[in-house]
Amino acid sequence: MGKTITEKILADHAGEREVEPGQIIEARVDIALGNDITAPIAINEFKKAGCAKVFDREKVVLVPDHFVPNKDIPSANQAKLLREFAREQRLTHYYELGDMGIEHVLLPEKGIVLPGDLVIGADSHTCTYGALGAFSTGIGSTDLAAAMISGETWLKVPETIKFVYTGKLNKWVEGKDLILFTIGDIGVDGALYKTMEFTGDVIDKLPMSGRFTMANMAIEAGGKSGIIVPDRITEEYVKDRAERDYRLYFSDKDATYCDIIEYDVSEIEPQIAFPHLPENVRGISETGNIPIDQVVIGSCTNGRLEDLRRAANVLKGKKVAPYTRLIIIPGTQWIYRQSMKEGLFDIFLDARAAISTPTCGPCLGGHMGVLAKGEKAVATTNRNFVGRMGDPESEVYLANPSIAAASAVLGRIGSPEEL
Amino acid sequence: MRFRGKVWKFGADVDTDAIIPARHLNTSDPGELARHCMENANPSFAKEVKEGDIIFAKENFGCGSSREHAPIAIKASGISCVVAGSFARIFYRNSLNMALPIMECPEAVEITEEGDEVEVNLGKGEIINHTRHKTFECQPLPPFMQKLVESGGLMGYIKQKSGLQRELKPK
Repeated sequence: MGKTITEKILADHAGEREVEPGQIIEARVDIALGNDITAPIAINEFKKAGCAKVFDREKVVLVPDHFVPNKDIPSANQAKLLREFAREQRLTHYYELGDMGIEHVLLPEKGIVLPGDLVIGADSHTCTYGALGAFSTGIGSTDLAAAMISGETWLKVPETIKFVYTGKLNKWVEGKDLILFTIGDIGVDGALYKTMEFTGDVIDKLPMSGRFTMANMAIEAGGKSGIIVPDRITEEYVKDRAERDYRLYFSDKDATYCDIIEYDVSEIEPQIAFPHLPENVRGISETGNIPIDQVVIGSCTNGRLEDLRRAANVLKGKKVAPYTRLIIIPGTQWIYRQSMKEGLFDIFLDARAAISTPTCGPCLGGHMGVLAKGEKAVATTNRNFVGRMGDPESEVYLANPSIAAASAVLGRIGSPEEL
Repeated sequence: MRFRGKVWKFGADVDTDAIIPARHLNTSDPGELARHCMENANPSFAKEVKEGDIIFAKENFGCGSSREHAPIAIKASGISCVVAGSFARIFYRNSLNMALPIMECPEAVEITEEGDEVEVNLGKGEIINHTRHKTFECQPLPPFMQKLVESGGLMGYIKQKSGLQRELKPK
């Protein structure tokens, strides 16, 4: 009986010959991650347990990215707790402001997470690393504390849904639209407790940036993880970044899936997720006239260099509409510098955009772009829940970077075709 | 473990930003988080919830973020137990890890309304709706999760295990 990539990675990390969906395993973790919101609780639990040392200082990763640069005194205290813990434990992977980035953009970029890894992170978008062919899932702070002590975590082996994308991508359609369309189809609990394995000709050709975007939003369908079997594109991405050896796993041809769902992408146009759930998607042609107040381009979903290039491509020679704000947030310091070198910053500044240092900031209504009562935003982020970006009476519409950039110029939701 | 209390009823897909908005995540103090619990879903909840009350919600309760602040806020608000049609997986995990009692029972959620008087028996996997005179049988917790709870949550379990491990392979 064949196995999926997920079952193989989990079996190896649990020291089992093979594992079955539904089985509960205790598996060793390659990387355990926390941020400035979730790690403080984990650190307190770690200390309460009377523990002196983390299981491996190279495998516990702390990234202050949510409310950094510190937005207020309590946030500064939380970030300080991380800093002191990182120093005391001599953690190899602690990233201070000036060196940091949005965790799920930063870790792959630095070669910290790699194909075949088992990664847990106290952040729900930890599922992003599945794009590298790793098993990667979000957990809570207490889980993180336990993993920092033992180097292990308990997991129920998930069933896998296989998604097959075929056909030719339409203009302005990318990874973001494929995953929004998928969530719109199966719903926000359509993959509850399950792994989403993304396959097909379209995925085979999709660049890493699009793959990260897709795996990143598996959680928005309730998924435990999203995963893409590694290939030449994966290897090209990791070969010069990897800081240690890695292993490529593949799904067997006769692996068992609980469901197989096929999409012809030639029928998919750019997608917009309407408030207040990522499943409320409509094609751009069906959105109607929705005036907007703010646009955010960035986040762990779409804050990569390719995303900023797409936005710049649309914004070149254009201006943001009057009384509309455009906030652009490069995902990491490297992306920030690279965007500057490539001249993207000039395009953004000429268009009247504000460029921020890397932070999760507005995505979760933290800072750097919080919405007022009644305001509407288009964002390349991942969630549009009630009050996600600010006032409970504000609204967030999720879209890809090209659509977001065009919407900023139009002052309403729209496509680059309209410019 | 048995709980008896008044029901607060919520719909499907109650997300963690509804349970505890991120604007309050600059602290992990349970009392402070409780003051804003359910703020984006029902602004009167935090003021009116009574010790021992029980949350009933439809499918996918706790979807979204991994923030443990969500079960912490619910627990600190005085809620004794959450019954849902289904739970989002990270919320489910977090609740068990920190000993917030939860139970999946779509049938009971379907007929129970806000303000009903209910009794939840976790060990037996039973819910009695005293207002509507109905009894429901639900799935008890799987054995491994029961073991976690018996060890006093995940930290208790890990402390026992890692004590053993450190003797075997010192780092």
